[in-house]
Amino acid sequence: MDVTAQITVSSLLQQILIGLSRTTILFIVASGLSLVLGVLRIPNVAHGSLYMIGAFLTYTVASVNGLGSAGFWIALMAAPIGVAAISFFIERGLLCHLYERDHLMLLLFTFAFTLVFSDAVKLIWGSDYRSFSPPDFLQGAFAFGTFSFPRYNLFLLALGPLVALGLWWLTNRTKIGKIARAAAVDREMVGAIGINVSWVFAFVFVIGCFLAGLGGALVAPTQNITQGMDHTIIIEAFLIVIIGGLGNIWGALLGALIFGLTDAVGILIIPQFAIVLPYAAVVIVLSIRPKGLLKSVW
Amino acid sequence: MIVDRRFRLAALLCGWILIFLAAPFFLSRYYLYLIGLILTTGLLATSLNMVLGFGGMYQFHHSVFYGVGAYSFALVSMKSGLPPVAGYVAAPVMAALASLIIGLITIRLSKLYFGMLQLSLGSLVWAIVYRWYSFTGGDDGLHGINIPEAIASTRGVYYFTLVVTIVCLWLMFRMVNSPFGRIFQGIRDNPERTEAIGVNVKSHQLVGQVIAGTFAGIAGALFVTLEGSVFPDLLFWTLSLELIIMCLLGGWYVFFGPMLGAAIIVVLRTFVGIYTEYWTSVLGIVLMLLIYFLPQGILGYFQRRQLSEEP
Repeated sequence: MDVTAQITVSSLLQQILIGLSRTTILFIVASGLSLVLGVLRIPNVAHGSLYMIGAFLTYTVASVNGLGSAGFWIALMAAPIGVAAISFFIERGLLCHLYERDHLMLLLFTFAFTLVFSDAVKLIWGSDYRSFSPPDFLQGAFAFGTFSFPRYNLFLLALGPLVALGLWWLTNRTKIGKIARAAAVDREMVGAIGINVSWVFAFVFVIGCFLAGLGGALVAPTQNITQGMDHTIIIEAFLIVIIGGLGNIWGALLGALIFGLTDAVGILIIPQFAIVLPYAAVVIVLSIRPKGLLKSVW
Repeated sequence: MIVDRRFRLAALLCGWILIFLAAPFFLSRYYLYLIGLILTTGLLATSLNMVLGFGGMYQFHHSVFYGVGAYSFALVSMKSGLPPVAGYVAAPVMAALASLIIGLITIRLSKLYFGMLQLSLGSLVWAIVYRWYSFTGGDDGLHGINIPEAIASTRGVYYFTLVVTIVCLWLMFRMVNSPFGRIFQGIRDNPERTEAIGVNVKSHQLVGQVIAGTFAGIAGALFVTLEGSVFPDLLFWTLSLELIIMCLLGGWYVFFGPMLGAAIIVVLRTFVGIYTEYWTSVLGIVLMLLIYFLPQGILGYFQRRQLSEEP
């Protein structure tokens, strides 16, 4: 009886840790979405596609022959930058003319990019799924008695707080971050004191999409990289942003925690319908606090 | 002038109905199927537009009700032992129930929050259908669904689809132009003022959503009648956004706009699909052009031009 209890506790702990490392990815993606929603007021459906492109780019760069395990680190830098470059052209070329439109139009416009990107990925990478392993020293697992934990997930766990701190520093301690926050509240006033709001928006959009690419790059070694991975992540990211409070970075962290942990626990309790648990959590949170847990900038 | 316009509209509609009635005598089986698909999709898009265009609600996941209707029909027909006709009752009832439940949860929120929560609840329904192999067939869906023998021929299916679509469109047209429909449009244009004259905005929106969901359920039953199978893509969120594109393309302030939009999209998909496997990017580019150059839609554009020509 003691043994079973031990196994349950240790498997629960393990599941929670794995849930936490999944939370890291969710947080990184959702915080980018939240940033764009909060400052630019664009519900960017293409965020999920950029995540997918980030994952595919990481695969391509990391599997270049001769790079070895350094390839992964180069890919981890290159893929998000590539995604950011794509988003820069989208924002400057097309999206910046549409800021006056209502949210529904902006949502549909970014959905148009989702449609185009999914075909572009099919054209470049084909319909097969791809997978690759993380570099050697991130492979394998730490073991403590019956308890073992994959190294790569530990790496993700360490990275999450770093990204959160970096974002906090960017939005609260840098000049452009402060301008962006001001522009989120009153766009015209910021423009009136002589700041080029349009370029501030471009900057925020690129940072947000960079985070989508980073999320994709980090998730790439842990799962199959497939067409359609954009469709699930974008719904999850939107949910996280909503339960956290639109535009609130800490809200995104809180939302990702709720989502990731309920999902992880769900896999233990009801494996077939694990997905129900996080959605149920969302419904409960929103019936208590309709505008999300933390203060929204909207 | 107004009488004249109404007369012209009635004449135009009668003409279209005659063409549709005569179609089986000179069109092949495939084109009849295509028209049936257009009518079903158009009915679905019109039901969405009742809340989207005329109600101003961010109905982001309308296809859930379509899928619930389709699956209800399929499950009643395959697993209940009741005659297939019972499916035509079950589909709208279950869709209405689903829209009532989702509506009760989401209705307190507005605009983007409403839409996003609806999207997530709809995705939950999709996930359950997708995973529940023993009951819904999982990602394979259900195939070989029986439909009542009376309409089981190609022509039978066609005429059945046509009649149901016309009746539903007529009902929806009456609703949009009823006092309820006018209040609904008032809520769209100015919710605060409508509230101030004593209208319960939220309960109107909830009723509107249930009505729209019911018609979507009917469209779902029609789809199964036409196709003989159901699959989880029917309630995936990308279909919902495609429906919004149809409304936008035809013009969402005009009653028949979504029907036209659905016809264009279905025909485009069918014929572009022959030449290239990259149909979705064609749709994406059409959508971008539309948002840039024709945000009021095709019928909206003509209506505006007509209104500005008349003194």
